[in-house]
Amino acid sequence: MKSINFIQDEIINEFSLLDGDMEMTVFYVMELGQKLPEMKEALKTEDNIVKGCQSKVWMTARMEDDKIFFEADSNTAITKGLVSLLVRIFNGQSPEHILTTDLYFMHKIGMERFIGTQRSNGFASMTKQMKLYALAFKTQKEITS
Amino acid sequence: MNAVAINRLDIEKIRTQFPVLNQQANGKPLIYLDNAATNQKPKRVIDALTKYYERDNANIHRGIHTLAERATKAYEQTRHAMQQFISAKHVEEIIFTRGVTESINLVASSYGRAFLNEGDEVIISVLEHHSNIVPWQMICEEKKATLKVIPVTDIGEIDLDAFHKLLSVKTKIVAVNHASNSLGTINPIKEIIDVAHTVGAVVLIDGAQASAHLPIDVQELDCDFYCISSHKMYGPTGTGILYGKKALLEKMPPYMGGGEMIKDVTFTKTTYNDLPYKFEAGTPNIADVVALNEAIQFINELGKENIAAHENELLSYTVKKLSAIAHVKLIGTADKKVSVQSFMIDGIHHFDIGQMLDTRGIAVRTGHHCTQPLMDRFGIEGTVRASFSVYNTKEEIDQLAEGVERIIKFMKQ
Ligand SMILES: Cc1ncc(COP(=O)(O)O)c(C=O)c1O
Repeated sequence: MKSINFIQDEIINEFSLLDGDMEMTVFYVMELGQKLPEMKEALKTEDNIVKGCQSKVWMTARMEDDKIFFEADSNTAITKGLVSLLVRIFNGQSPEHILTTDLYFMHKIGMERFIGTQRSNGFASMTKQMKLYALAFKTQKEITS
Repeated sequence: MNAVAINRLDIEKIRTQFPVLNQQANGKPLIYLDNAATNQKPKRVIDALTKYYERDNANIHRGIHTLAERATKAYEQTRHAMQQFISAKHVEEIIFTRGVTESINLVASSYGRAFLNEGDEVIISVLEHHSNIVPWQMICEEKKATLKVIPVTDIGEIDLDAFHKLLSVKTKIVAVNHASNSLGTINPIKEIIDVAHTVGAVVLIDGAQASAHLPIDVQELDCDFYCISSHKMYGPTGTGILYGKKALLEKMPPYMGGGEMIKDVTFTKTTYNDLPYKFEAGTPNIADVVALNEAIQFINELGKENIAAHENELLSYTVKKLSAIAHVKLIGTADKKVSVQSFMIDGIHHFDIGQMLDTRGIAVRTGHHCTQPLMDRFGIEGTVRASFSVYNTKEEIDQLAEGVERIIKFMKQ
């Protein structure tokens, strides 16, 4: 299993190849979104909507062998690409790791510049939602063990 | 209206008067197509603001010193310019507000509170901006009056037959826009006003999208109220006007209390100032009002009919270019329109389109444009909207079309 920071560095590398070209960067983000495994329609419920995003974002998580796995989708292509980056980073990690590791890749790839403030706030909400899932699973584990 | 000779404007020369246009966005030359939200300011407007603060700043009306005199004069000159701009009969019929939103709220609160009664009806249309919906909902709720809504047709025109049917002796106020910000539809306001008057209703026209594009003659229209925002007609943000017929304004109670709007104040009784000051409580937005005069002169010097001719050309060109692209659907195709075109692309969310166009330096608006009921009418969440001002060019529309084509090519591959 690659560590969270290893994956962040991978992403930084990939984006650096785009050379700051805004249009290519956005196209690339959308391409990543297209590769995100499909979320079951039944999971796209009101309850699973991440609050604080301008686009609609649905997210769920499950725990398997002490690792968390996320499923997510969005009604807009760019946001789907953004959430796919988070899924890639956090999938298969332990709750403890997710809670204690800071994300820095978005600053390094200049994300705020190409998605604007509103979507950046939405991105922060998605990250927060994933950490909340991690906290919930960690607490659950501590109670039951 | 008399036929006016149309002069071709020198657009390149006009562009040099707009400093903001001379920049790059995301490494590309800025293409500003969000003019229905707010349009850009010519240098003379910006200079007027600076000059006011550098030379003339003083509180108006109450001072007797030189600066107060100059500031008062400049402020009142804009009132006269605005009177002429909309052909009002009396200068005191022009009230400075923060813009259309405040103007509508003023009428809803003051006129509505004084003259609406239980069981009365207010009529608006599906085409309205939230600022011409919510103030009426609020006052109707307070007064137990009913809000009625004129439907629109599939191409985005007001259904006049339906309007005739909604009208009755219960109708006290009709409030519609001169032109729609989401679809660009120019509404048949003369007919709406005349018909509404037959049942004794007063008519408010939201002129936010008309002031920079269409001729306005409030006496010929015979409307009771007309609202304008400065920032949509090359002027500064934060100011605008309410025009009201003198007789109506006189019988309306004040909207806000404070300085400026009084004649005499004692703790037992206050007498109110005359028009227009009765409705201008507190220190107004002097600098922006003063600079608004330059925006009026800018439009007058170019000639509104010349501006409209150029913008209509841009609109036809946009319709031609966009409708030639597969998967693009135009929303709002009324016969008579100001230079606004909403569109959608099958299967691609408007946020994505807006964001992708931004990477090419193209500024458009995406979303519901503060007209959610209108979006509901068309069964959509929002659109992409391109809207034009006098400084836009066909080359910019070529860029827009090229951007749209690239997005479709990428997404549909
Ligand atoms: C048709 C219409 N009405 C009202 C408004 C509100 O104007 P303001 O925000 O300047 O008060 C707008 C602005 O978008 C508009 O387009």
